[in-house]
Amino acid sequence: MISSANIDAVPTTPLGLSNLPRLARRYPLVLLGGGLLMLLIILALAAPLYAGDPQNMDPFVRLQPPSAEHWFGTDNLGRDVFARTVYGARISMMVGLISALLAACTGLLMGVVAGYVHRFDNVIMRVMDALMSIPTILLAIALISLTGPGIGILIVAVTLPQTPSVTRLVRSVVVSVRERPYVEAAVCGGARLPKVLRRHILPSTIPPLMVQSAIVCADAIMIEAGLSFLGVGVPPEIPSWGNMISSSRVYLASAPLTIFAPGIFLTLTVLAVNLLGDGLRDLFDPRAKRRR
Amino acid sequence: MAPYILRRMVSAIAVMAMVGIFVFLLIRLTPGDPAAVMAGRNATEQIIAGIREQLGLNEPLPVQFIHWLSAMLHGDFGTSIFSGRPVLELLLQRLEPTNSLSILTLALSVAVGVSFGIQAAWRAGGLVDRLLTVFSAFGYSVPVFVIGYFLVYLLAISVAWLPVQGYAPIEEGFGDWFSHLILPTIALSLPFIAFVARVTRASMLEVLSEDYMRTAAAKGASSYAMLVHHALKNAGVPILTVIGLSFAYLIGGVVLTETVFNIPGVGRLVVDAINNRDYPIIQSVLILTSGVYVLINLAVDLAYTLIDPRIRY
Repeated sequence: MISSANIDAVPTTPLGLSNLPRLARRYPLVLLGGGLLMLLIILALAAPLYAGDPQNMDPFVRLQPPSAEHWFGTDNLGRDVFARTVYGARISMMVGLISALLAACTGLLMGVVAGYVHRFDNVIMRVMDALMSIPTILLAIALISLTGPGIGILIVAVTLPQTPSVTRLVRSVVVSVRERPYVEAAVCGGARLPKVLRRHILPSTIPPLMVQSAIVCADAIMIEAGLSFLGVGVPPEIPSWGNMISSSRVYLASAPLTIFAPGIFLTLTVLAVNLLGDGLRDLFDPRAKRRR
Repeated sequence: MAPYILRRMVSAIAVMAMVGIFVFLLIRLTPGDPAAVMAGRNATEQIIAGIREQLGLNEPLPVQFIHWLSAMLHGDFGTSIFSGRPVLELLLQRLEPTNSLSILTLALSVAVGVSFGIQAAWRAGGLVDRLLTVFSAFGYSVPVFVIGYFLVYLLAISVAWLPVQGYAPIEEGFGDWFSHLILPTIALSLPFIAFVARVTRASMLEVLSEDYMRTAAAKGASSYAMLVHHALKNAGVPILTVIGLSFAYLIGGVVLTETVFNIPGVGRLVVDAINNRDYPIIQSVLILTSGVYVLINLAVDLAYTLIDPRIRY
């Protein structure tokens, strides 16, 4: 995955469990963020194995405090808050991952075109400027208010405002790389455009793209939760962290855990992704770390 | 200088035009029938046709655009579908709470963020610096509605030091106005404090290694004079830039914060508009906030010359 241009910059520590302590010292954030994220993903995927039914309502145990049966208590409809919280992780992570992937692909395409094809540069970048000037949440609200809520439009609404940052990043890398001697040499040597792009230009965009994707993923998870909190995100029948916080708002004084449990999981997830992103940046650009 | 200002203004107008076209096309190109979505589930064909008429969706696209644009330029932002009153009037009524929250947030973020960043850069690797690393990791990761409810629970419910929610107009007394805004401002400021502090730190670190800083130290300037007069002035441009760029992000935060704290501002207006499927309001807020964003960043670009006399266009 790492280009030949960057391979010198990455210390060659062999990957393996025996090197874990050394890796942990060198890249603590990658391990911390990655580990926390893995744990949360496993919790989310394995939810049916250990948590109860998140939809099961029991009117006799409304707004209960934590107990052996309901670890995080119950909400206003008598549903198990713990089950809803771990199931809620699924939708958040799904939206986060798909948005990051979509934004990375779109941004890569637009960025390469803008950086390499001079004719389209100005048009693409001005469109991106315009997209950037519209507040993310408002743009998503406008989109969803026109179509009605749904997972598909939610993912579009979360992804669209994230593409400008990726496009700008990729374009700046492409613009700086395409003037390098080795690219000029490849072009002079008769390499065709697809090969120049694949072999010489795209590899340099991968490391910064991965860092940016982590940031996009963290943002997407936050925006999805925010939209669900406002009532325009995930449809209310699906347990999601934003929905849970929104529907428990009035019970803050009597059952605070109905808000804090999803809130803490949401914060931990975003934190894990952010730490992973910071760690990847250190890993790909050790000079930046020394400067810090 | 004059050609630069002119060029910068033309590009601001170009971006605004792009936003305008985008917002205009948004409702026209959305799959399905937006008028039917707005009318709600039990609407008759007649009501849907009425909404389509009111939004001007029946004419050919270019004609629609000219009508739409000229109305916008004349300050006519349409009529609310729900209340039937002009959108601009509804917006102006909601401006005071939103402005109060935004200005306080900006003031707190700059005051705390810049001093935090200076301290962290002054002793890079020291305690304050490491504190900033931890703080910014959390500041970026805690959603405003999570920290908002946490603060309410801690400071307004467990101990009733501050009001739980709501807003008090400033003309009814400064104290009441201020106490209602303390928690929302703190909740909304966290990511901005982290952001401003990080940029200040990075920008200061660069300046602190300049030759003129060594000269200042050699002539015996106090550390305060060195940091504020020699370093901060030179580090100011990037700090100002990120404050301008973070405005769009601030508006998103304002919408969420106003919902958490039940503040009757522009953000609440938008959220209520979603529930009432009142698209003219959403569209107008979209256009106006982007307009303010473009203007702020134009002003920031032009202000560079005031902070840094070396910049000459």
